[in-house]
Amino acid sequence: MDIRVIIFIVFALAAVAGAISMVLARNPVHSAFGLLLTMFSIAVFYVMNGAHFVAAIQIMIYAGAVMTLFLFVIMFVGVDTSDEAEEHIPFQRPMAMILGAGLLILIVASGIQAWVNSRALTGRGSLGTIENVSDELFGTWLLPFEATMFLLAIAAVGTIALAQFAFTLRSTDGSDDE
Amino acid sequence: MALLVEAGIKVLVAFVLLLSTTVVLVWMERKVVAGMQTRIGPDRAGPWGMLQTVADGIKLMMKESLTPRRVQFGLYIAAPVMALVPALLIFLVIPIGAPFQFGDRTIILAVTDLNIGLLYVLAISSIAVYSVVLAGWASGSKYPLLGAVRASAQMISYEAAMGLSLVPVLMFAGSASLTGIVAAQGGDLFGFLGTWNIVLFPSFVIFFISGIAETNRPPFDLVEAESEIVGGYHTEYSGFRFALFFLAEFINMFNMSALTVTLFFGGWMGPTFGLPENIHWVIYILWFFVKTFTFVFIFIWLRAALPRLRYDQLMSFGWKRLIPAALMWLTVFTVALGYRTFGLPWS
Repeated sequence: MDIRVIIFIVFALAAVAGAISMVLARNPVHSAFGLLLTMFSIAVFYVMNGAHFVAAIQIMIYAGAVMTLFLFVIMFVGVDTSDEAEEHIPFQRPMAMILGAGLLILIVASGIQAWVNSRALTGRGSLGTIENVSDELFGTWLLPFEATMFLLAIAAVGTIALAQFAFTLRSTDGSDDE
Repeated sequence: MALLVEAGIKVLVAFVLLLSTTVVLVWMERKVVAGMQTRIGPDRAGPWGMLQTVADGIKLMMKESLTPRRVQFGLYIAAPVMALVPALLIFLVIPIGAPFQFGDRTIILAVTDLNIGLLYVLAISSIAVYSVVLAGWASGSKYPLLGAVRASAQMISYEAAMGLSLVPVLMFAGSASLTGIVAAQGGDLFGFLGTWNIVLFPSFVIFFISGIAETNRPPFDLVEAESEIVGGYHTEYSGFRFALFFLAEFINMFNMSALTVTLFFGGWMGPTFGLPENIHWVIYILWFFVKTFTFVFIFIWLRAALPRLRYDQLMSFGWKRLIPAALMWLTVFTVALGYRTFGLPWS
């Protein structure tokens, strides 16, 4: 068998196992590491498809920064306090099912578009190298890129503003502990 | 097939090289710190105590690996392995010498030359924090956990500064592959002095400071501050498991020095003193190690010279000094490079 197929099977199984263990684990730290495994496996798929840049970014941003923040928060809040499996939102389960089904439909639809109807995605040559990504990003898609940048900047400023606002509100209250 | 053989040999050489360098590094650290503190340091095992590290290694392997009762066993065992693996992986893309011809093949003296080398280094070093977090959390004890929380905060903060300081390097070299970055530093001054990336000196300062913080070396070793939190994340580890953490720390120190040399000081380049053409590659490898060990020496020197930072000092230095400095330098550099490449905006 082709070595690429073997690698794909191993990491596909790892990705699925990571995802399942993320949902099923009772302990939030175990969940976080399940998710980490999935992210890594997906980075391997990117590499296999020649998208090295995206793979590096995937590991740097998601595995490196986002997951570290998750773990940081989990450890700060304390692992033991979140053990209660009580659901506070009554329509949580049906909602999750509907959203999950929607996501599945989207994935299957795009999969059919890409492989079964074999419509090639836009872009030329090896898609994932830095040169191609930058050509696309700073050439064809410059306006959406800048718009996204503004959106993120607004979000960051908004977060700081909200945190500051809540802080001053509480300190004028006189009660510093809830 | 030849490709596989070549890759296998390279991986093996890199592995042996890293492990044997670590032996030298540990000995060097103990001797240098001892010298700076007017002690003698190890001098019993072998000439000048050089075999001390080997003796220590054998001792650590023979020792019992204690397992405290409250550990999460799987993750507890995984942590030391996860410390060592990223340390070994980073070295794969660092070129230690000039490419040379072997038969009809050109062999580069790095295990692989990735198109995204620099990003690969950043990605791998960003996952190095997991071993510390994992070790601290899986130990099921309070001091390791404190060390882990400190580690995650510290590594996230300084990674940002490190990433920002590398953007000018990328833009200046016009390549993200480490071989390409070395090749872009080829020019020389007065015919013998390499220009290297001296123009990027501010980047180098920021990179080196955040590199020390990333490797948890003094004065940024709050993660394992003996006077505050016993041993930090590795308090509950002993024997061979501890040895893996120890090994990873020294390999990381070597990697960080090698990266500094590769990115800012011309990598393996150096004068050849008019020696015959066919031994040039040996001289280049020697240059690489001379430069790298200079920075290793600075790492050790800092440990002997500087007291440990307080936690709030560490955070305010990272966020209020280093990151703004990196951003300002990035802006200045980008404007300068833009002017050099495109001229004035209205012309």
